Amino acid sequence: MNSLERTERTASGGFSIDFKALGPFLALVALFVLGTAINEAFLSGGNLANIFTRAAFIGIIAVGATFVITAGGIDLSVGSMAAFISGAMIVVMNTLVATLGAGIETVLIGVLLSIVLGVGAGAINGLVSTRGKIEAFIVTLGTMGIYRSLVTYMADGGTLSLDFEMRGVYRPVYYGDVLGIPVPVIVFFAVAVAGYVLLNMTPFGRKCFAIGSNEQVARYSAIHVDRVKTLTYVIQGLCVSIATIIYVPRLGSASSSTGVLWELEAIAAVIIGGTMLKGGYGRIWGTVVGAIMLTTIGNILNLTDAISNYLNGAVQGLIIIVAVFLQRGDWRRKKSK
Amino acid sequence: MKTFTKYLGAACVLGLGLASTTAFAADKIKIGVSIPAATHGWAGGLNWHAAQAEKRIEATYPNIDVIVVSANGASEQANDLEDLVSVQNIDALVVLPFESDPLTVPVQQVKQAGKFVTVVDRGLSLPGIEDVYVAGNNPELGRVSGEYIRERLSDQGKIVVLRGIPTTVDTERVDAFVDTLDGSKIEILDMKHANWNRDDGYEVMQDFLSRFPKIDAVWAQDDDIALGVIEAVKQADRTDEMFIVGGAGMKDIIKRVMDGDKLTPIDVLYPPAMIATAIDITVMKFTSNAPVEGRYILGATVVTQDNAENFYFPDSPF
Repeated sequence: MNSLERTERTASGGFSIDFKALGPFLALVALFVLGTAINEAFLSGGNLANIFTRAAFIGIIAVGATFVITAGGIDLSVGSMAAFISGAMIVVMNTLVATLGAGIETVLIGVLLSIVLGVGAGAINGLVSTRGKIEAFIVTLGTMGIYRSLVTYMADGGTLSLDFEMRGVYRPVYYGDVLGIPVPVIVFFAVAVAGYVLLNMTPFGRKCFAIGSNEQVARYSAIHVDRVKTLTYVIQGLCVSIATIIYVPRLGSASSSTGVLWELEAIAAVIIGGTMLKGGYGRIWGTVVGAIMLTTIGNILNLTDAISNYLNGAVQGLIIIVAVFLQRGDWRRKKSK
Repeated sequence: MKTFTKYLGAACVLGLGLASTTAFAADKIKIGVSIPAATHGWAGGLNWHAAQAEKRIEATYPNIDVIVVSANGASEQANDLEDLVSVQNIDALVVLPFESDPLTVPVQQVKQAGKFVTVVDRGLSLPGIEDVYVAGNNPELGRVSGEYIRERLSDQGKIVVLRGIPTTVDTERVDAFVDTLDGSKIEILDMKHANWNRDDGYEVMQDFLSRFPKIDAVWAQDDDIALGVIEAVKQADRTDEMFIVGGAGMKDIIKRVMDGDKLTPIDVLYPPAMIATAIDITVMKFTSNAPVEGRYILGATVVTQDNAENFYFPDSPF
């Protein structure tokens, strides 16, 4: 509720700055300053392109997670789902090379399959948790295990590799660029814009907010709670499939270690961005910044040898907590009083 | 854990009882093989080679039955050992422990039940339990890789190192590697953990590439990491500048070595096929008069274009 009040106040308050909305951006700027101070190679075009391209996977998935979390749900299965969809795409495309040849058609069928699987998997998560009246945590914990096992099974415990001819055809989807901007970054931006419009400018978005704030009240207000919640999981599934479509051409492989812990990174990106874990309020641009921040931390740690490798996780954890603390907390309001 | 161990002990005593009454009735020699499930590439190869060895041995020796079980964690593996003794009534155990510490006592129980025990790769925390120990050689892998890089670079140049998951295996490899470079003019620009993972290998290498304008060689120490490194180097269009040394013996990398890829001139073996070595040695105990007790440490063989064919298993998942 706090954040709603705050947003309203800012809207009418003229010059007062909404720290909550700006918080993640400020933290990101601070990180960029830190990165540049540590190593000037940080600001090179190549390195920045690397950061944004890498952030695209987690970022796209996190845009979907913003919907799920805003509506009061949680999806733990996204990392395994990404691994499973990658695996399925590779198997099907490798099979099709024999009949269709290594061409655009094969890639398109792979992409179509990815979308069907993503939407389907999302619908399963949504329907089982709403119709089955099982907590989303349990449902998606279950599907997380299922998808992870399926990809291990498909790969026979090893690694599925995309046909080498196919890699040549599919490669531009990850390595290509338009006017110097890498394709994954463009896709990431497009997904974020679409997510922003859907969450902030449509009745569907407002229903997500309402359900996340108070599910009972939303139900009494004649909102089809189950339908909206299921749709948020479908959107999440679609986002996972889009992320997978640009992930597969990167290394052309999938194994049981693909996408491990992506679910936690995605959820972390969403929360760093200012969305509330208990639901009721979501912010897409915050999520985008959160995803870029997470990637940037890893990148900065790789650019310096000042910090022991063994402490990487500690530094990451600390920065995440500080970033969220800066934009939450009552400390600011107390001061302003 | 205490109660669990007690329970396990009871089960093993029970197993011992069963063993002594049924051992004479059993006409086949049973060899139990307990290994981690195929949750990553190397373990996938392990499972595949165990299954291949099972087929081959059962076809050669009709009186031997090999039972392979795989576990998803240390406590599940302890349960497996219990079942192998009490339900399957095995005569010998080949075990690749998930982790050394938690499995030391369960394996000891098997030994105390009078079984022949072969331990693979990860040693137990107490000495004298196993009859045979079979393992790859981590320090040797580091040393051999270091020597190759010294020789190729004529004792001078700049290299980067991608480490695995912070564990003893990783430390042993890296320490031996660094020692080997001692006294040369080779400078290690930096070492970062890539966790034996392709995606991490790709990202860490990207960052090394933006940080260092000149890199002569990359020690990836693992073939999964090496595959990520290869893509990063290709993307940066710096393939002519450096070469990459991996490790393990993954078929994709062996294939590149076989095809004479300049980026990956060699690979150093740390083969999951060592499980087959262990099973074969254990079978020898029952099929020949050769003494087999002792330690069998595999060499860290260097795979070059000339011998790559011998180590290429296109059907293996790893």
